[in-house]
Amino acid sequence: MEMIHAEKLVYEYDKRDEEGNVIGTNRAIDGVDIDIPQGSFVAVLGHNGSGKSTLAKHMNAILVPTGGTIWVDGMDTKDPDELWNVRQTAGMVFQNPDNQIIGTVVEEDVGFGPENLGVPTDEIWKRVEDSLRSVGMLEYRKASPNKLSGGQKQRVAIAGVIAMEPKCIVLDEPTAMLDPNGRKEVIRAVETLRAEKNVTVILITHYMEEVIDADQVFVMDGGHIVMHGTPREIFSRVDELKSYRMDVPQVTMLAEELRKRGLDLPRGILRREELVEALCRLR
Amino acid sequence: MIRDITIGQYYPAESVIHRLDPRVKIVCTLLFLVSLFIQNSVLGYGLATIFLVCVIRISRVPFKFIVKGLKPVVILLLFTVVMNLFLTRGGETLVHFWIFTITESGLRTSVLMAVRLIYLVIGSSLMTFTTSPNGLTDGLEKLLHPLNRVNVPVHEVAMMMSIALRFIPILLEETDKIMKAQMARGADFESGNIIQRAKAMIPILVPLFVSAFRRANDLAMAMEARCYHGGEGRTKMKPLKYRARDRWAYAVTLLYLVLIFAVGRFVSFRLWIF
Repeated sequence: MEMIHAEKLVYEYDKRDEEGNVIGTNRAIDGVDIDIPQGSFVAVLGHNGSGKSTLAKHMNAILVPTGGTIWVDGMDTKDPDELWNVRQTAGMVFQNPDNQIIGTVVEEDVGFGPENLGVPTDEIWKRVEDSLRSVGMLEYRKASPNKLSGGQKQRVAIAGVIAMEPKCIVLDEPTAMLDPNGRKEVIRAVETLRAEKNVTVILITHYMEEVIDADQVFVMDGGHIVMHGTPREIFSRVDELKSYRMDVPQVTMLAEELRKRGLDLPRGILRREELVEALCRLR
Repeated sequence: MIRDITIGQYYPAESVIHRLDPRVKIVCTLLFLVSLFIQNSVLGYGLATIFLVCVIRISRVPFKFIVKGLKPVVILLLFTVVMNLFLTRGGETLVHFWIFTITESGLRTSVLMAVRLIYLVIGSSLMTFTTSPNGLTDGLEKLLHPLNRVNVPVHEVAMMMSIALRFIPILLEETDKIMKAQMARGADFESGNIIQRAKAMIPILVPLFVSAFRRANDLAMAMEARCYHGGEGRTKMKPLKYRARDRWAYAVTLLYLVLIFAVGRFVSFRLWIF
């Protein structure tokens, strides 16, 4: 069963000069085909301006394609009758933690989504408690969002999406504005979520370390999907990745350099332990 | 420096008054304000004092904290007192020198006016001290709900208010940041006359507005992504429900109002000139 399926997806917008006159069109997404099975963990990589965020916004019907079609759980996002269903099915977490928290108290913010869906009051309280627990923020339920760290705010934002019980969560660079600690917190929260609730996770990022556990990786450049495969496959093509201005995890980089110098190492080493093991096996 | 400004001050404490339904507090505050205007006698103000002191004691908000809330109106208060004292004529002349005359009714009006003004401020700030900003917007939304029928977007206004409250600290922090950034590049906000200082604020306001609009855009997108589509078909996580204590509060306030009314009507009691 496909959670998200796109065919020949195109998104164009007008390029404007300083007076607002149209001087041409830009293609942010240019003919993208994508298949994301239910329950999988998919990462989309790309440098700034590669179209990865635009693609993410299509999965939640915030943007509607100008060409081609995208189906979310079988629903065409262009169909206005399905709009709220699409948005409930595919929850979205954005980059800036401050600009997506609506409530003045943590628990009220998490309750915002279910309130909009018209969930009965008792059920809202249950969902709020469950989702705050699953991101490990239950003890902060009465706190003001302004007093939380970036990583904590982002976890609250994730809880806010989970409380809507989506089948799929799209995280649009959730860690881009966080420090390394906050980044770890958020990624860990996403991992537990996947293990507990079996939701489809789509992670848009430019940090390579975060995609190691993904089932599939898509690399975008200039609005196209230029590489597609498992993390191991992708990271074994170091030179190709570099041509798209992407960095490779340090360990992979080191292994690749060693391999070039004639050490007999396998391609696509992702973790430090793997490299250690491979090196030990050499002797 | 900027963070010292507190808007919609809330004094968190555990008290019956804090737990009352926000609607009760809004309505009762209004009734109390009305009670100050329908009478003008010592006895009436005595009653109002008793009522106010009781509420303050029950609310567990320290008296000092309440007095601090009077600071912003001190100038207005002095102005009213002085104007009334010297400009109201009537009754016996108490003091007279040069062009100043203080008459009996001048003294009377100015004292009563001062008390009225002070009670007005204390009464309404007691409401904000004991009600969280969210409770206040929720209460207002529910109270003004009938206006929906004449096409007033009550829910939207309440939502705007609560979002504004959420973003006040964020924007203040941002202002601080921008100020520091401009100061690091040699901007001077502290010297010069008022006009120069106002001009110096422009390089703060422009980036602040730009970022506020960007935030608004982001927030609108985040709200849409979480299925926000106005007040229709929306349920509440914390619905407002009247409980026994709320009915008691209404009853007590009404009783007070009736008493005040009766005192103003039927009891005449004079204490010196008042």
